[in-house]
Amino acid sequence: MTHLNDLLDNEPVVAAAGTDMLADSIEQQGAAVARADWRPPHPDTAAALARLTADGRMVDANNTAIQRLLAVRPHLVDVGVARDVFPGMSDRTFFHAGPPIEWERASGPMRGAIIGAMLYEGLATDPEDAALKATRGEVELSPCHHHGAVGPMAGVTSPSMPVAVIEDGAGEGVSYSTLNEGLGKVLRYGAFAPEVIERLQWIDRVLGPVLGSALRSRGPIDLQALIAQALQMGDDGHNRNRAVTSLFLREIGGALVDGADAPTDQRLDVFKFIDGNDHFMLNLVMAAGKLGSDAAAGVPASSLVTVMARNGTDFGIRLSGTGDAWFTAPAPPVDGLYLGSFTEEDASPDIGDSTITETVGLGGFAMAAAPAIVGFVGGTAAGAVRRTLAMYEITLEEHPAYQIPMLEFRGTPVGIDAARVVRTGVLPQINTGVAGKVPGTGMVGAGLVEAPIECFVDGINALAETLQ
Amino acid sequence: MISRVELFPGRYHDSVRLMQASKALQEVAGVDDALVAMATELNLSLLGDMGFDLTSVAAGPNDLVLAVRAESEDVIAAAGRVLEEALAHKAVASGGLEAPDPKTAGSAAAVAGANIVLLSVPGEHAFVEAMEALERGYHVMIFSDNVPVAQEQVLKRYGVDRGLLVMGPDCGTAIVNGLGLGFANAVLPGPVGMVGASGTGIQQMCCLLDDAGVGVKHALGTGSHDLSEEIGAAATLQALEALDADPSVEVISVISKPPAAAVADRVRAAAAECGKPVVITFMGEDTLEAGAGAVLAELGRPVPDYAAWTVDQTDHRPGTVRGLFSGGTLRDEARFVAMPIVGDIGTTENDPGHAFIDYGDDEYTQGRAHPMIDQTVRIDRLEATAADTSAGIILMDVVLGYGANPDPAAELTPAIEHAIRKGLAVVVSLCGTRGDPQKRDVQAAALHQAGASVWLSNAAAAAAAARLATAGRDS
Repeated sequence: MTHLNDLLDNEPVVAAAGTDMLADSIEQQGAAVARADWRPPHPDTAAALARLTADGRMVDANNTAIQRLLAVRPHLVDVGVARDVFPGMSDRTFFHAGPPIEWERASGPMRGAIIGAMLYEGLATDPEDAALKATRGEVELSPCHHHGAVGPMAGVTSPSMPVAVIEDGAGEGVSYSTLNEGLGKVLRYGAFAPEVIERLQWIDRVLGPVLGSALRSRGPIDLQALIAQALQMGDDGHNRNRAVTSLFLREIGGALVDGADAPTDQRLDVFKFIDGNDHFMLNLVMAAGKLGSDAAAGVPASSLVTVMARNGTDFGIRLSGTGDAWFTAPAPPVDGLYLGSFTEEDASPDIGDSTITETVGLGGFAMAAAPAIVGFVGGTAAGAVRRTLAMYEITLEEHPAYQIPMLEFRGTPVGIDAARVVRTGVLPQINTGVAGKVPGTGMVGAGLVEAPIECFVDGINALAETLQ
Repeated sequence: MISRVELFPGRYHDSVRLMQASKALQEVAGVDDALVAMATELNLSLLGDMGFDLTSVAAGPNDLVLAVRAESEDVIAAAGRVLEEALAHKAVASGGLEAPDPKTAGSAAAVAGANIVLLSVPGEHAFVEAMEALERGYHVMIFSDNVPVAQEQVLKRYGVDRGLLVMGPDCGTAIVNGLGLGFANAVLPGPVGMVGASGTGIQQMCCLLDDAGVGVKHALGTGSHDLSEEIGAAATLQALEALDADPSVEVISVISKPPAAAVADRVRAAAAECGKPVVITFMGEDTLEAGAGAVLAELGRPVPDYAAWTVDQTDHRPGTVRGLFSGGTLRDEARFVAMPIVGDIGTTENDPGHAFIDYGDDEYTQGRAHPMIDQTVRIDRLEATAADTSAGIILMDVVLGYGANPDPAAELTPAIEHAIRKGLAVVVSLCGTRGDPQKRDVQAAALHQAGASVWLSNAAAAAAAARLATAGRDS
C-alpha cells in the first residue's frame, strides 16, 4: 500500500490553476473545486524560478532561515552610547536608514537629518555649514543595517547618541537602535531646528543614562512578550505602538522609581517623555526585528527576505541566500493621509528601516490586529483583515508568538519569500510615516506603501546565480 | 475670510480618523484650510503654524480641536456637517473577513483541504507550480504540455520518492474515484483500473467498456512522455502498483502511445508481478478494441458488438481518405488499422494521397482552443476537403465527455451534410458514453441523420473508411 492509495481510497478534492474550463467541468460533475487566482510570474523571473525549483535546496534553506528568525528572544538589556557600542565608529561616522547612499543622492529628510546630527555633534556651526561639509565628503555614511542596527525614517545615528542594546535570550545575537524622539519636528523626519537638537541633547544627557540605569537595576525586558501582548491590544508594531509603549512603561516603571540612579526630576521627565510619546517603542520593536532578521541571514539558497529598508531615494532588500548584496529600486511614494495643510506634494519618497517590522511579521502584515489605524486601508476593519490575509500568500510561516485575535488568534504571516513575491505578484504591504521632502520639515503624514517588485526580481535572479 | 477654532473637551478619535476628517474638511468648497485633531502640543503648534489664533484655547491632549478658515459662516456650518459625518460611525455593508483568492494551486489546495492539484497553466510555468504542490504533499495532474523533459524527470523522481503521483505533463485525461479530470467521459463505477500515457486512449477504452456495461474505478493518466526512455514509465509503474493494491480493482488496463522498447519491457515485467490480471495495450501493437476485448475476457464478460449507426456510402465519389482528428491516439490507431488496407497514410495536410491529421497537435492549436472544444478548424477542413476533388472519404473523430464541446454534432452537421452532398463519404468515430453530458446516442443520431456512418469503436471506424476506399478503387 503506497501513499498513492490514500488518493485512490478517498474522494478526490481538487484545487486547480489555469484554464477555468477544467475547473468548470469538475463542478459540472457535482464536485467542488478550489480555484487559484493564478497569474504568470514576473516575466524576468521564470527562468530563475525554474532553476531554483529544479535545484531543490530552496525549500529546506527557507525552513532553516525562518526557524532561525523565529528562534530569537529579543531582550532589552541596556542603553549605551553609539561610539562605545559600534566598533570603529569614528567621530564623523553617521549611520543611516536603508541601503547605502551618498550625500549627492540623499533625499531631503536624509540630508536634513544628517545636517541635524552634525549640528548635534558640533561638527558644523549652522545648517549651511553642515551641508557644505557634507558635500565635501567630511562625513562618512554607512547603513545602520551593516552594523546590527536599525533606525526609523532617516535613521541617522551619530556617535554621541544613546543606543538601546537588545540581546538574544536564546542565542548570541545583539542588535541596536536609537531612542525614539517623539512625533512632529524630529531629527528622524529630517528636522534640525534648535528644539530638535535640544531634545537630542536631553536624550543623551538624561533619557539614555536614566533608562540604562533603570534597566541594569531591574534586568532585561522581554520585548517579544510585550509585542505579543500589544498586538492583542490594537498595535501593529509599526504605525501604532501605543499599547506596547504603555506596557513598556509598566515594565520599567518600578525601576524608574527606585532603581535608576538619577535625581527625581530626571526620572520624572523620563517617565513623562515615554508616556507622551506613543511611538517610543517603535525603535525597540524594530531592533527586536533586526535580531531575528540577522539570525536568518546567510543561509545558502534561501529566498527569505531578511531586510527591507529605504533611505528616501532607494528601496532595498536583502535575501538570506545572497550575502551582503542589496537589491534596490527607486523608493516609491507613500499613499498617505497628511497632517495639517501638507499634501502629497510635500512628501518625500518612502524612507526608513522601520520596514524591518514587516520583515518579521508586524506592521502591514499585522494590520488586522490594529483596528484603530484601519483608516489607512479605506477605513474598514475588513480591509485591514484582507491586507493581513493577503500576506500569508508570500510568507513562510505563521508567527508562534504574534497572534491576531480577529483571526481567531492565528499567528501573523512572517518570513517573506521573495520567490513567492515574484510568482504571485503579491507585494509586501507596509504601514509607514511620511517625511517632508524639504530638509528640516519633519513629519507630514502617514500611510501605506508597497515594496517595489524590481527588488525581488533582481534578488531572485541573483539567488539563482549563486547555485552551483 | 473667517477663522474659527472650536473645542470639544473629552471627545476622542484616533489620529487616522482625524486625518481623514481633516482631509474631508479641506475638500469642502470655500474652505481655505482646516484641521481637526486631538489638542496635543504637537497639533496645537501645527495649528499655530497654520495661522490660527489659539490664545483663548485652553485645551489638553484629551480634547478635540477643530480649526477652520473659510470664506463665510455658511461654509463653516457646512464644514461642521462634513466633520460630523466624517466622525460618525460608519456601518460597513460587507463586514465579512473573506480572504483574497489564493494565488497558487498549492495554496488553494491548502485552504480547501484538497488532495490533488490540477494544473493547466502555460507549460513554461507548470514546473514551479507542480513542484510547490508536491512539496506541500499533493498529487498533481499536469494538463499543460510543452514542459521540458528534464523538468518532468525532476517532478516524477520527487513524486516517486514521496509516494505522490505526477500525472503528466501533457496529461489530458484522468478519472479518480469516478471524478473525471481534464477531458473525461462519464463512466459507471466498476472493476477496471486504468493507467494511460494517452488521453484519448483512456477515453476510447472507457467508452468501449461502458458500451459493454463495464465501469471504471480509476483511470490514471501519466502524460504522453511517461513511457519514453528519459522518463522510464515512472508514473505508470507507480500507478500500476497502487491499482494492484486497490482491492476494488479487479483488472488493470495499461495503455500507452508507442513506448520506448526497453521501457515497454519494464512495464511488462512489472505487470507480470501484479497480483491481478493486467492487459497491456501499446499503440502500434494493438487496437484499443482488442484491449477492451481482453479486459472483458479477464472479467468473464462477453464482448459486445460495439454500437454503430451506419449508412451505405459505397456510392461516394472516388478519392483518398482524409482523416480529420482531434485525438492524437485516435489518429494513430486509425492509421495503424487503415494502413494495411489502403497503403501509406500521411500525417500532414501537405501529404498527397491518404492523410490523417491530428488537429489537436500544437501546430494547429496556436491561439485557439483544442478541437475537442472548438470545432472551427475541422469545419474549415470539412469544407476544404469537400472542395478538394482528390478526396473521396472523410474519417473523423468526435470526442464527448466532460471538458469537450457541449454539442459537437450541432456544429459539425452542416459541414458534414455539405461534404456528403459533394459526393464524399463521412465516417465518424464517436468517442462517448451514454452518461456523457452531450448524450452519446443523441449525438450519434444527429450525425447519422446528416448522412455519416458512426462507430463507437475507433478501430472499426478506421476499418470502415479504409474498406470504402478500397471498394472505391476496385469499382
